[in-house]
Amino acid sequence: MANLFKIAIRNLLRYKRRTLLTASLIMVGVVFVLVFVSVTGSFKNLMIGQITDSMIGHLQVHRKGFVASIETLPLNLNLKGGAIGKLETILNAQPEIETYSPRVKFGGMFSNFTETSSIRLTAIYPEKEFKTVPLLPERVTDGSKDLQTGGILIPELLSRGMKVNPGDAVVIVATNADGSVNGKQFTVTGVMESATGPGGRDGYIHMDDARELLRMDGRQVSEYAVRLKNFDDLAGFSKKLDGLFEKELNQQGKPLFEVHTWDQLSPFANIARMIDVMSLFIKLMLIAIVLISIMNVMIMAVYERIREIGTIAAIGTQPGKILNMFVVEGFCLGIAGALIGNVVGIALVVILNLLKLTYNFGRQEIVLRADIYPFDILVITATVIIVSVIASLQPAFKASRMEPINALRHV
Amino acid sequence: MSLVIAEEIGKNYQVGEVVIPALRGVSFEIDPSSFVSFIGPSGSGKTTLLNLIGCLDTPTTGRLTVAGADVGKLDRRQGAIFRGANIGFIFQDFNLLPVLTVYENIEYPLLMVQKVASGDRRKRVSALLEAVGMADQKDKYPDQISGGQKQRVAVARALVTNPKLVLADEPTANLDHQTAYMVLDLMKKMRNEFKTTFIFSTHDQKIVGEAEIIYMLEDGELKGKEIKGGKNNG
Repeated sequence: MANLFKIAIRNLLRYKRRTLLTASLIMVGVVFVLVFVSVTGSFKNLMIGQITDSMIGHLQVHRKGFVASIETLPLNLNLKGGAIGKLETILNAQPEIETYSPRVKFGGMFSNFTETSSIRLTAIYPEKEFKTVPLLPERVTDGSKDLQTGGILIPELLSRGMKVNPGDAVVIVATNADGSVNGKQFTVTGVMESATGPGGRDGYIHMDDARELLRMDGRQVSEYAVRLKNFDDLAGFSKKLDGLFEKELNQQGKPLFEVHTWDQLSPFANIARMIDVMSLFIKLMLIAIVLISIMNVMIMAVYERIREIGTIAAIGTQPGKILNMFVVEGFCLGIAGALIGNVVGIALVVILNLLKLTYNFGRQEIVLRADIYPFDILVITATVIIVSVIASLQPAFKASRMEPINALRHV
Repeated sequence: MSLVIAEEIGKNYQVGEVVIPALRGVSFEIDPSSFVSFIGPSGSGKTTLLNLIGCLDTPTTGRLTVAGADVGKLDRRQGAIFRGANIGFIFQDFNLLPVLTVYENIEYPLLMVQKVASGDRRKRVSALLEAVGMADQKDKYPDQISGGQKQRVAVARALVTNPKLVLADEPTANLDHQTAYMVLDLMKKMRNEFKTTFIFSTHDQKIVGEAEIIYMLEDGELKGKEIKGGKNNG
């Protein structure tokens, strides 16, 4: 086998300019894919991180039917008493879960005593919430991040529009599940930006205040935001929870709980999917570049060496070995392009990181930090090598099937 | 027993709708360790006959036996194996592999065809390099040596597998007078040393003069045979 490689490398070096051009083409393809995959991959991960760690959590559990009616934030679909106990027992028993946070979501009216506007509120236990969505405090741009009873974190939109600042008194008016309207005065603890860009109307209050405002009898929960120890386990764990919840039925014999992963709850999941599709197309382009360039070079190589093929066939080289000679040549060309491409690609990504380029996601300015994962390098390299071998097969097969007598006559 | 037995062999080529007979009912026998030349004008069928003996082609009619094997019954793979084990080739244009050195060109059939162990390989290649007087040029590439030297390397490559038979198609056509004689002397010396049968196709009088048995071909037919000397007259 070593001799096949020796002959292949020497044949490649025989046509230095052509080999260099082809290897360069493959290299450019590999660099492009590597940089694209690492930059978009990092952007995707950052985006997912922002959404899951500052707002949604990795997954959420609701009473069955809540998500379908989420626009109206129906208090009558909150989990209560026994259901909460059952659910927390199940969640507490899952080793995959790092932490979870119960929330009550409801709509209300926000008043600064002179103006009134609508607001969507999420009632939380701050300690649990900040562990489940650890980037949430970073969204507080003004005031304190420490949410106590009697305090409210208000959206920037209302702060600006109604000229309300931290320390100001405001009133929240909300309708409870029975239809009666209640009000409560709060002190603005902090102003927070929206996780997904301007225009958000989401505020946060303490769970104890929500209980008082909505006059709840006992505990009620609209949703549980769940954080896993390992985000990569999400799909598998979601299925596991689905399985566990199948046994939990309400009095009508219908499922009591439902699980939704972050991508089922956020429209930004479509951007993540688009990035995946774009990466796939870029990889397909790489495959096309490698396939066409290697096949072109190998067809030329076979055509130029017909008499040599005739000679080695005449002196007894078996067709399989002739085939291997040309396949190994394509393989070496692919390896060279992939290796140089990886080195240049990694260097480019390092330079990109050193430049500390910034871009905005929502209201946040994020510094570009492109990560190259060994798995990506492995996949790209393997793709190039496999495609190189496939591209060499047809010319190599043609060479191996040549009749030595005809090949020797070739001028 | 004869090394090559041709019984009424014929070879036709189809060009469009026209069938062109290149050989017509040729019969002969060649003994081991012979130094034989097929001569004749261009188009007489010399190269066709050598291609048939070299298992590069199959006869259209008749039966051709080389080293006990019926050439007409060998498929592509069997043909390659048979050639690798029994036949050496010397080409008019030398046909050395340009990416291999002199040493590697001679070593090629042992390495890539017969898979001989490295120690034995080294011994055989070195012996032949000495025998053809190319030991001091062994690390050079074909484009760094002269035509005569290339043909000496080709002779060594043909002999390195200890074949029963070496076929040489116009081996001196591209060589000057002095070099041609040098190569011919070398081949005869090799025949004497290794007991290999050499068969040439040529219209070069130098080879004709050195051959021990001469077959004359004309229009695809064997017109005569001349026996000039013993097997060790070189």
